[in-house]
Amino acid sequence: MSPTPFHLLWLLFAPLALGLLAWVRPPRHSGWVLLVALPLPLLALWLLLGLNDRPMTGQLALGPLTLHWRLDGLAALLWLLTQLLLLASALYAAGYVRTTTLGQRAYAWLWPLMGGLALGLGLIWIAADLLLLYAGLELMGLCAVGMMLLPGSVEALTAGLRYLLFALVGSLTWLLGVALLLGAWGRLDLAGMAGLAAVTQPDPVTQIAVALLASGLLLKAAIFPLHSWLAPVHGSAWTPVSAIHGALVVKASFFILLLLWRALLPEAIAGAWALGLLGSLAVLWGGIQAWRAVGLKQLVAWSTVGQLGYLMLAFPLLAGTSAAVAMMAWQATWLQLAGHALAKAAMFMAAGNLLLSTGAHRLEGLTGTSRRLPLSLMTFGLAAVTLMGLPPSAGFTAKWLWLQASLASGQWLWVVVLALGSLLSAIYVFRVLRCSFVEDAPEQAFRSLPLGMELIALVLALAAIGLGLAAGWPLSFLGPAGVS
Amino acid sequence: MSAASAMSAVLPLATLASSLLTAAVIFMLPEQAVRTRTALNLAAALIKLVLVIWMARGLVAGEVYAVEFPVVEGLSFVLQVDELGLTFAGLSSLLWLFTTIYAIGYLEDSPNRRRFFGFFSLCVASTLGISLAGNLFTLLIFYELLTLSTYPLVAHRGTPQALAAATVYLRYTLSAGLVLMIGMVALQVLAGDLRFGQRELLAALGPEARPWLIGLFWLLTLGFGVKAALVPLHGWLPRAMVAPAPVSALLHAVAVVKAGAFGIVRLVYDVYGIGFSASLGVLDGLVVIASVTIVYGSLRALAQQELKPRLAYSTVSQVSYIVLGIGLFGPLGTIAALAHLLHQGLMKVTLFFCAGNYAEELGIHRIDELDGVGRRMPLSSLAFTIGALGMIGMPPLVGFISKWMLGMGAVQAEMPWVIAVLVASTLLNAAYFLPILNRLWFRPGPAHGIGTWPAERAPSRLETSAWLLLPALATALLSLLAGMLAGLPFSPLQWATRVVEQTYLMP
Repeated sequence: MSPTPFHLLWLLFAPLALGLLAWVRPPRHSGWVLLVALPLPLLALWLLLGLNDRPMTGQLALGPLTLHWRLDGLAALLWLLTQLLLLASALYAAGYVRTTTLGQRAYAWLWPLMGGLALGLGLIWIAADLLLLYAGLELMGLCAVGMMLLPGSVEALTAGLRYLLFALVGSLTWLLGVALLLGAWGRLDLAGMAGLAAVTQPDPVTQIAVALLASGLLLKAAIFPLHSWLAPVHGSAWTPVSAIHGALVVKASFFILLLLWRALLPEAIAGAWALGLLGSLAVLWGGIQAWRAVGLKQLVAWSTVGQLGYLMLAFPLLAGTSAAVAMMAWQATWLQLAGHALAKAAMFMAAGNLLLSTGAHRLEGLTGTSRRLPLSLMTFGLAAVTLMGLPPSAGFTAKWLWLQASLASGQWLWVVVLALGSLLSAIYVFRVLRCSFVEDAPEQAFRSLPLGMELIALVLALAAIGLGLAAGWPLSFLGPAGVS
Repeated sequence: MSAASAMSAVLPLATLASSLLTAAVIFMLPEQAVRTRTALNLAAALIKLVLVIWMARGLVAGEVYAVEFPVVEGLSFVLQVDELGLTFAGLSSLLWLFTTIYAIGYLEDSPNRRRFFGFFSLCVASTLGISLAGNLFTLLIFYELLTLSTYPLVAHRGTPQALAAATVYLRYTLSAGLVLMIGMVALQVLAGDLRFGQRELLAALGPEARPWLIGLFWLLTLGFGVKAALVPLHGWLPRAMVAPAPVSALLHAVAVVKAGAFGIVRLVYDVYGIGFSASLGVLDGLVVIASVTIVYGSLRALAQQELKPRLAYSTVSQVSYIVLGIGLFGPLGTIAALAHLLHQGLMKVTLFFCAGNYAEELGIHRIDELDGVGRRMPLSSLAFTIGALGMIGMPPLVGFISKWMLGMGAVQAEMPWVIAVLVASTLLNAAYFLPILNRLWFRPGPAHGIGTWPAERAPSRLETSAWLLLPALATALLSLLAGMLAGLPFSPLQWATRVVEQTYLMP
């Protein structure tokens, strides 16, 4: 049996259905969540294996509208990653509710929102036209905002509403860009537009439209200098929500941006360099802010800003470079994205465990954790290995490929950025680890945690590490660089 | 797959796994499981030693051991066993056994032993990976893993000094790792994924690549030089003295500085090739750097008032003998370098064990507190004396053989001024070690009823705990035997000669 569009529909809507079910009866035990939700990543894996290098494409006519979709190796990989991380986050949430005092209603609402988020992300991965992308983006954004508001505290509401405001502005610029493109090209499907873009010179309208789309997406992806909403949101959000948000939601916007750029302006070198420079600034600024951060969750959130910056190096290394360089940059980008998603989710969970157990919010409160919470600390360290790009993690292999691509194409600037970024990440990571070694700290009251919460994070961190050496397998599903 | 080829992949992986799995299991064991952990540690150290000896015998018999798989296109993870790699693997597994025994005794009843032994095992796994790595990419993986796994050991005590030393250590090693990575990637861009031993690839690149190759050679030497503690990149080593004594042994003799020196050995012999390195003119530079480091390290050692810092600066000086040997173009220099890689490990680990024994048993840290210790702790002092005389280069100890071969190598390489460096260094070695021996044996102290020890432990049946005493005696005996029986097969000298004959046969 090979995958059919029916399976895709199943994978799109099953999470939402499960979410609604859990809304009625919120799960209190990870075992149930695992039992019910495990088929979803398995289905995604089966889809990936069933593709056999032949992308599935199709369209859906809704009256005058025609929606295009397409499932290729990259989309299937990202979908698998999404399902895995959502499952991990759901498992963690079921343990989380037992160790903290969450509002019953708020906790119930977590589940349909998570289901909606899964649907939105799924749509984004398989969308092949701008309308479907818009639908996915909006659904994902609104569900994400809703999840951020769940704690109900003043900080959470302030940060969440600011996030909503930013997201709406991003959506408006996106819509404006879409309208311009529709007027200029008369169509919204990516494949068709890419075909036209390949044979015509980009006109100013296209450039302005793509600039509008890009700025909307940069805002949603928290790329420097449009990142200011990210750290406050994470400071107050629930741990499983932060994990999913830092790992997937911001990456989806980056994914769309890269897809559009490769389709519409593949040869716009100046623009690509501008995006690369923004990314470089993000790497440096995110690193410096994480270095200065007072709280553990803020540190992790700022590190996301820096790590997203690395991904932006894809633009200059893909635009107008040789096929070999583009291939390396292309592989490095998705490896970094997947590695960071796994590691960041693990890190948020490990940080959440440390905070839950010590009751502290500042780094200084972590003293003595190496004796009391060795597993969570170890997880934090393992996740940090990926973020620092040290071997044998996915971050390391990605960094190696980026360095190779930069040197081979003579774009020396990115070597400096990668080097500085690595050093900055080592500095902020070891600020945390260093605190845990202090021995003469006063004994604090440590709360014990369910083992499951620590193990989920550990598994994710180990996956990020293992991905570095086993990168060949997932990367074999990637097509050649660029849009196909 | 035939039985032989299956074995070929299994043995290197099993050797690596013997430490990696031990680390994982130790992290999972509870803190109180002292007996299980001890048994596990010793069993793993023995198994690893047996596996390495097995591979050494197989290699001599002509077996091939290698594993590889592609990580991404054009980049592979390669483990391959060759004579050079086994030199380092053999040294680290042998000293590993003694250091583990010593560490078990040293850390008795102290907190956080699970963390300590977990990272300890991870550290030796990395060392083994470094020695078996078959290309630069694989080498870097384990080289960085070594940095990460030694950090918790240096920071182990959690005091402000320990944390500060660990931070300095990280600053040096992580920056060096980054430099290495950039250099290795650049080399890959120039020449592709080259395996160790494919020495002709770089030489075939043509004259326009030569400036790049020279630049990259120095970039990579800069990266390896930090762990090898070449002056001026040595600053982390004396500071790391605050770590527990077994960790010092690890840093100075078994793993870390050796990893740096071994990296330079690989770079010169297996990546560039000694002949091509000589034609690029980079070897002379190495000799100069090594000579400066040797003399500077000895001078600084002379200025130290405490025992461990004096030993630390002595390491700075002694490890550069290896680099000096590499730089001397000719088989004798190479033999000297490889033999000293082993000799220095044996002697230095003995000295650090003894220094740890003095500190643990009598609370002695300063050199002027050592008066008359020879009477109170005769066996430790005997071991210390053997190590110190070896470092000075007294025949028939191993240090003499190293220095003799280096001198011969210098003559062969037509660099007679290097002999002056060796003589100066020997005089300085004597100047900082002989006063210690004088205090140990000939000055009256608390053992003769004059004054008291700084902090004496309750007396035991032996002069100190057997866990601490026996490893020191064993390594002292080995360094004695390695010198006296240097002509026997499998002695460090004969093995080094074999490496040179097998792998680096030169006209």
